[in-house]
Amino acid sequence: MLKILKVTRRFGKKIAVDGVDIEIGDGQMVGIIGRSGAGKSTLLRMINRLIDPTEGAISYADREVSALRGAALRAWQRDCAMIFQQFNLVPRLDVVSNVLHGVLNRRSTLSTVFSLYPTEDIHTAIDILDRLGIADHAAKRVEALSGGQQQRVAIARALMQDPKVILADEPIASLDPMNAQIVMDTLRRIHDEDGRMIVCNLHTLDTARRYCDRVVGMRDGAIVFDGVPDELTTSVARQIYGAGESFSEASTSTSIEVLEPIREPVREPAYAV
Amino acid sequence: MTDIALRGVDGLKVDYLALVRRRRMYSGLLLVLFVALLAGGFGLADSRNAGGFWGGLTQIFDFPVELMREAIDKGAALPANLWRYLPAMIETINIAAVSTLLGAVLAVFLSLLSTRGLARWPRLMPLFRRVMDTMRAIPEIVIALVLIFVLGGGPVPAMIAIAFHTAGALGKLFSEVNENADLKPIEGLSSVGASWFQRIWLGVLPQVMPNYLSYALLRFEINVRASAILGFVGAGGIGAELRVAISWGTGRYDAAAAIFLLLFLTIVAIDQLSSHVRNRLVGGH
Ligand SMILES: Nc1ncnc2c1ncn2[C@@H]1O[C@H](COP(=O)(O)OP(=O)(O)O)[C@@H](O)[C@H]1O
Ligand SMILES: [Mg+2]
Repeated sequence: MLKILKVTRRFGKKIAVDGVDIEIGDGQMVGIIGRSGAGKSTLLRMINRLIDPTEGAISYADREVSALRGAALRAWQRDCAMIFQQFNLVPRLDVVSNVLHGVLNRRSTLSTVFSLYPTEDIHTAIDILDRLGIADHAAKRVEALSGGQQQRVAIARALMQDPKVILADEPIASLDPMNAQIVMDTLRRIHDEDGRMIVCNLHTLDTARRYCDRVVGMRDGAIVFDGVPDELTTSVARQIYGAGESFSEASTSTSIEVLEPIREPVREPAYAV
Repeated sequence: MTDIALRGVDGLKVDYLALVRRRRMYSGLLLVLFVALLAGGFGLADSRNAGGFWGGLTQIFDFPVELMREAIDKGAALPANLWRYLPAMIETINIAAVSTLLGAVLAVFLSLLSTRGLARWPRLMPLFRRVMDTMRAIPEIVIALVLIFVLGGGPVPAMIAIAFHTAGALGKLFSEVNENADLKPIEGLSSVGASWFQRIWLGVLPQVMPNYLSYALLRFEINVRASAILGFVGAGGIGAELRVAISWGTGRYDAAAAIFLLLFLTIVAIDQLSSHVRNRLVGGH
């Protein structure tokens, strides 16, 4: 159980996350939605402890992870994998080497600095790549792969950590619809097969609806919605995104089958003043 | 047909492990080579050294100790000495500053003209690179000696000599910075129809400026020392004074200590300035 207790984060005067208070059970797949700047990334980065909360606490399995330091902190980061929008892989290293980064916390600094990973680790890495359907690219440099393939390498690195929690910060925002679907299918499959907790920031409603068991809506740093996808009506969505009457879900869709044809054309009057 | 279908995952594992073994062998060889070079180079230096390295090692501190002893004996004269040599120090800093500035401006152009993806005339890139190599290859002191011979002593030959060398040295470092610049913003500017100069000024310089600046300030520090050394051969400034103080035999070490102190304080000041300015630039608020 991941507990986020009244967590607030400020950047100077700006409040990025404002008193967020939620609990996420083991094995849940949760989507966090909200417009850009709502504080989604900041929240995930605090859970992974890339940044620290200004106020409040985060705990997992009744251990306060927001108070960890040093080796204990790094061990938590190993158990709580993070997937980024821009993949954040090392472009000049090959695919397997990037996946092997998932065991950095388990192995000695000296052996990893000289890339002396045990053979069993290399086998595991290639098995994971095979599971994600990209084993063919094992020896290629990451920079030679497409965005969708790179994101699957990032997921493989996360799996290599054998984490209890997987955080994904807009994993499909830089991908085309086809690759977006592959990546989301992969995440869902990991959730179903391994039973890992997945918390995923998404900027499109239909993805959250389709893949998540629970959807959390954020606006201006605070949680404004928390429920199952079916409760996510158009009026609720308007409230989360702070949009007017012209808001249409299909216009933000990234899925391949468009949900419904857009009946009234959405016009932004910005250029027609 | 893909590898997977042909050979299965196990085949891939075998291939990759072979690759890993090959890489490890290369790294091992490289390490052996490195150690051998280090040992060989040291042996050579030791055998060529006039007095022998190990014999001289015990005497290495004799000079600084003597200098310190005398400086401490005449400690009371230190403030007066510092004051006395300050104008010469300022002259040296002046020479270094002007030549760093001139050299850096030249280096910016040379480096931009010789970076792939940014060069105005891509065909001429090798030419600009060789120009920088040449400028870097000739030591300041050689240029300064020639110029002093032609123009007579004084700060101008030193300035030209240091600026020349600086342009080559900074040009090299700047072009490495340029290599790492993100080309996406430049593509963005190209897409709106910007000229080469506009692309560089608006798309490249904002990215590379902090690094340029910290390299230039490091070079400034090096140039302070270079201009002090050029004083030894007739370019004026603190070097001329240091030469007198050090070679006068006994009795002037208090002056030498004051000059070293001035040099030290100057370097510290430049270093502080450098990190301060860089933080401001990188913070960017
Ligand atoms: N490192 C930072 N420094 C200053 N402000 C930040 C920083 N990171 C995020 N913010 C601000 O916090 C708010 C929330 O940002 P973010 O969590 O990235 O939102 P989201 O991921 O939902 O788009 C934004 O207003 C953003 O400008
Ligand atoms: Mg974000």
